[in-house]
Amino acid sequence: MKIPHRSFMFLAAIITVSFVACSGNKSSSNGVRLQGAGASFPAPLYQKWFKSYSAAHNGVQIDYQSVGSGSGVKSVIDKTVDFGASDAAMTPEDMAKVDGGVQLLPMTAGCIVLTYNLKGVTGLKLSRAAYAGIFLGKVKKWNDPLIAKENPGVSLPDEPVNVVVRADGSGTTFVFTKHLSAISPAFAQSPGVNTLPNWPVGTRSKGNEGVTASVMMTPGAIGYIEYGYAKSQNLPMAILENKSGNFVAPTTESAQAALGTAQFPDNLIAWVPDSDAKDAYPIATYTWIICYKQYHDKAKFQVIQDLLTYCVTDGQKESEALGYIPLPAGVADKSKAAIQNITLVPNAG
Amino acid sequence: MAEAKAITQPPTGLQRASDSIFRGLCYSFAWLSVLVVIFIVLRIAFAAAPAVRQYGLGFLTTRTWDPNRDQFGILPEIWGTLYTSLLALVIGGAFGVAAAVFLSEGYLGGFVFSLLKVFHLEFHGLWGKLPERVEDILKNLIELLAAIPSVVYGLWGYFVVIPLIRPLCNWLHLKMGWFAPFGTDLSGPGVLPAVLVLSIMILPTITAISRQALVSVPPKLRMAAYGLGATQWETILAVILPTAARGILGGILLAFGRALGETMALAMLVGNANLISLSLFSPANTLAALLANTFPEAHPKEIGVLMYAALVLLGITLVVNMVGAFILQRASAGVEGGK
Repeated sequence: MKIPHRSFMFLAAIITVSFVACSGNKSSSNGVRLQGAGASFPAPLYQKWFKSYSAAHNGVQIDYQSVGSGSGVKSVIDKTVDFGASDAAMTPEDMAKVDGGVQLLPMTAGCIVLTYNLKGVTGLKLSRAAYAGIFLGKVKKWNDPLIAKENPGVSLPDEPVNVVVRADGSGTTFVFTKHLSAISPAFAQSPGVNTLPNWPVGTRSKGNEGVTASVMMTPGAIGYIEYGYAKSQNLPMAILENKSGNFVAPTTESAQAALGTAQFPDNLIAWVPDSDAKDAYPIATYTWIICYKQYHDKAKFQVIQDLLTYCVTDGQKESEALGYIPLPAGVADKSKAAIQNITLVPNAG
Repeated sequence: MAEAKAITQPPTGLQRASDSIFRGLCYSFAWLSVLVVIFIVLRIAFAAAPAVRQYGLGFLTTRTWDPNRDQFGILPEIWGTLYTSLLALVIGGAFGVAAAVFLSEGYLGGFVFSLLKVFHLEFHGLWGKLPERVEDILKNLIELLAAIPSVVYGLWGYFVVIPLIRPLCNWLHLKMGWFAPFGTDLSGPGVLPAVLVLSIMILPTITAISRQALVSVPPKLRMAAYGLGATQWETILAVILPTAARGILGGILLAFGRALGETMALAMLVGNANLISLSLFSPANTLAALLANTFPEAHPKEIGVLMYAALVLLGITLVVNMVGAFILQRASAGVEGGK
């Protein structure tokens, strides 16, 4: 009987200690804790923002889970988070599901680049017909006249174009297919815009890193990834033809030129599937943080307003270093003004 | 009576109580695990019901997965799941059983023994144990293959296997493209890399169970075979393997189950393209990979369809297990008379 007795005492001791530890933990951080979830594309930037904000404000803790845009929207509807984030914004039907309403705020932007694996070829130029054809499976060889025409003097191999697309549903794919649908009626008809469309060609890999690995391991491969990721990995990026017929390389400036042409309605959801600015890089997009219009907790409300104001003002300076496109000044102002739409509704049931 | 110290005594009330509590716990945990399975199946079936009503059996026989048109069919995934698993089973089975024979017949030990004999160390206190040790190490190494996480296999396949086999595959396609299994070229991920990695993943299961079955073949059978003048080769093929067939088949079945459900490595290696092709070099898709890739960002309408796909995967594993059990019964009925 002695041994069980001792182990029981030990167990009791453990329980007591952990209980004390827990309660001690609770009382020491009587600050504010915000939970966010959503898009994975802006996650590195958000995490950096939230970290520097928490460091500057004692007792504020902000957790962001990069679970994907779709899950972010779902969590906002289910009210399991304090804010969400999405690359694909939010559909009006989904917005109607949240009583009290939601406020979407453009936070940062990015562009999507085509990375490729061709030995000895740098600065590959692709016309609109060429890259739409590649992702429709109509341009099958690298020495296709459609590609060769824009790349005089470049020795393109007589080898198959190995298309790599995303296997998982993603906001990146949504934006990319939106652009392809805007420039190619055939693409708009099938496969069309989706986070995971029925691609007619290619092998599929998961995530930016999966597509990148696949492209780098496969001679003659081409795939679409986010600009920030491509930049950080120093990957080759194709120069694309824009709406006005100019060939533009993806840079912060060319992406901002495209983003600047967006016309924002009151809900601040705007797309630039195909910018008509002269020096615009064609595939650029905003990404949004989704807030509730009404918060019931005063502390949370204050932190969220203050945090978002920081993000669209001082926070913007940090975005370029991480490969994101800072919001054009006019858009940042609109976002900042819209933060005032978030209100405190105390004592709500 | 009070002084008589009996060796035995009736159980006290406390012992009785703890006894019945323990029994009750065992029962309830056993039933709980059964209930969990039933609950999972019912839950999936319930979530899949709207999709089953809407798409019916056409879901199993159509090839398009297009959320934009609400067309969903998983024939390519069913084909891919069975094709990759069966091919992996053929390769993994052949190598696995061969490895099990190698380990159980003492080939390696014999070799080390004869090596020691050259140095007259075969009965040495320390060195004499070497043959057994070497066999043990090899056995553990093969079993260690099972401890490697799936994602590591996936990465290895991606960065080692694919570049390694690509030149050979593309050469085969060039020279023998008329032969359906070589009908396309291997760009990157595809059926063959997936099959090769999968066969290595299931190897430890097959080897461990087959070895156990081979070791437990009664020695008298072997002696009798030798006594009748059979060579070692004949003994293995005609006596030992058939006697151990039940265990070997059991191992292969377990391995098949694992291959069907394997997700991570396949999602990385198979190419995830909804194609039906006999070609070993073409990308394909499997049910498990489809589920893993599509679920996190699925639209509400897609979730029902994915649940339907999960139900199909569940059904396939069930059928495989039932067919396997039937084969096992037939096989063992024939063999065990010899015991």
